[in-house]
Amino acid sequence: MLHIERLTLELPHYPRWWQREWATCIDALSLHIAAGEIHAVVGASGAGKSLLAYAIMGLLPSAAKMKGTLHFHSAPLTPARQRQLRGRQLALIPQSLSALDPLARSQQQVRWAAQRVGFERPAADQRAEALLGHYQLSHAAALYPHELSGGMARRVLIAMAQVGNAHLVIADEPSVGLDPTQRDRVLATLKAMALEGKAVLLITHDLRHALPIADRVTVMRHGKGLETAPAKAFQGQGERLTTAYASALWHALPDNAFSTLPVTALRQEPTLA
Amino acid sequence: MLEAHGISFHFPSGLPLLKGVTLRLAPGEWIGLSGDSGAGKTTLGKLLAGQLAPHEGQVTIDGAPLPTQGLSPVQWLPQSPELAVNPRWRVGKIVREAWTPPDALMKAFGIEPHWLKRFPSALSGGELQRVCVLRALAPGVRYVVADEISTMLDPITQLTLWQALRAHAERHNLGVLVISHDTALLKRLSHQRWHLAGGQLTAGTALEAP
Repeated sequence: MLHIERLTLELPHYPRWWQREWATCIDALSLHIAAGEIHAVVGASGAGKSLLAYAIMGLLPSAAKMKGTLHFHSAPLTPARQRQLRGRQLALIPQSLSALDPLARSQQQVRWAAQRVGFERPAADQRAEALLGHYQLSHAAALYPHELSGGMARRVLIAMAQVGNAHLVIADEPSVGLDPTQRDRVLATLKAMALEGKAVLLITHDLRHALPIADRVTVMRHGKGLETAPAKAFQGQGERLTTAYASALWHALPDNAFSTLPVTALRQEPTLA
Repeated sequence: MLEAHGISFHFPSGLPLLKGVTLRLAPGEWIGLSGDSGAGKTTLGKLLAGQLAPHEGQVTIDGAPLPTQGLSPVQWLPQSPELAVNPRWRVGKIVREAWTPPDALMKAFGIEPHWLKRFPSALSGGELQRVCVLRALAPGVRYVVADEISTMLDPITQLTLWQALRAHAERHNLGVLVISHDTALLKRLSHQRWHLAGGQLTAGTALEAP
């Protein structure tokens, strides 16, 4: 469904106002996502994960320099096609809660998203209501973004992305700020989307909760795709992981060693010194 | 000993949030606090740090009420570091607001010398979080309330932050209240765990010292 070949992205920064330098934010990244698959992209903040989402959606700042190719449904994903598909076949659940319109009530946010993808007025209202109900937001339908808690605002964003039957859903840190019940609900929704045949790109630093639903995991660091492994490779001591960084991520989880030490040294020092 | 004696807190509407919560945090002790969102974990943390005043009950430190002036001996560390710093101050000024951390400690927290000249907007969330934690560890601080400080961090950054905080807390015998949704993390870090629900703490599971 989505094929990314050697995507390289450079962004300008200005050490002095007359001086421009280019920083490589994504470095020759290749990624292939099939229909019905959840592909998780994990890595530290600053690894270029969110920029990847913006590159696919065509939401990069105009100064960005992009190389490499993007193919969606076997056709090149050009800026014109991105404009035409986004919000319809391409959906983004943004990381920042500021993506909500501060002057619109929750019901309007979701209804407008439905209208943008072509639902007429009564149907759009019904769809908005059904989705708000699904996310236990019926009581918050008349609230403005500043009246919502972080978790509620995030669920509104997810409802907006879900309203239009997209083929590819990009979820950028969808579980941040949610309690375990809500997080599981959101992740289960992503899984359900994949089972319906959608492709889901799950961008997260939360490796542990991505693993149960993900099919494959790409570990990113400093803009590079270090390793793409099946989610099943993240188990035991991580023997099936090929890069040291992926293995270190796995060991650092509180459920595992909670340690940066190599496996052999763990026996003497099982927790933090 | 930091103690909350039957503290209650309610919303402006009168809806109760905390109903007579009693909690004791000893020097050198780590307590884990979990609870659903909206259960009042952050409010309890802020009450313990003296950032809010309880409507009933009292928070005391060694039997005396919390001081209302100067550097508080109980520091609250918020979840979102970007909201806790002055965006117009450079990182160097931010980290030295209450004290001048020694270079070795800066290194232990993974704070690079060249960050100090930057503004907070030029640091990532994880980088800024480490700056905020170190800023709060001035001499005279005896208890720390860590309110979901590692939720937005990747596992390795999360681990580095806790390792550094733990080493420092051990050296200075700090008591730490860790607020988190992550029960695995709480098990790793805390000596005892409490769960906040319906405005009350449910009996904590005593755990072996980690």
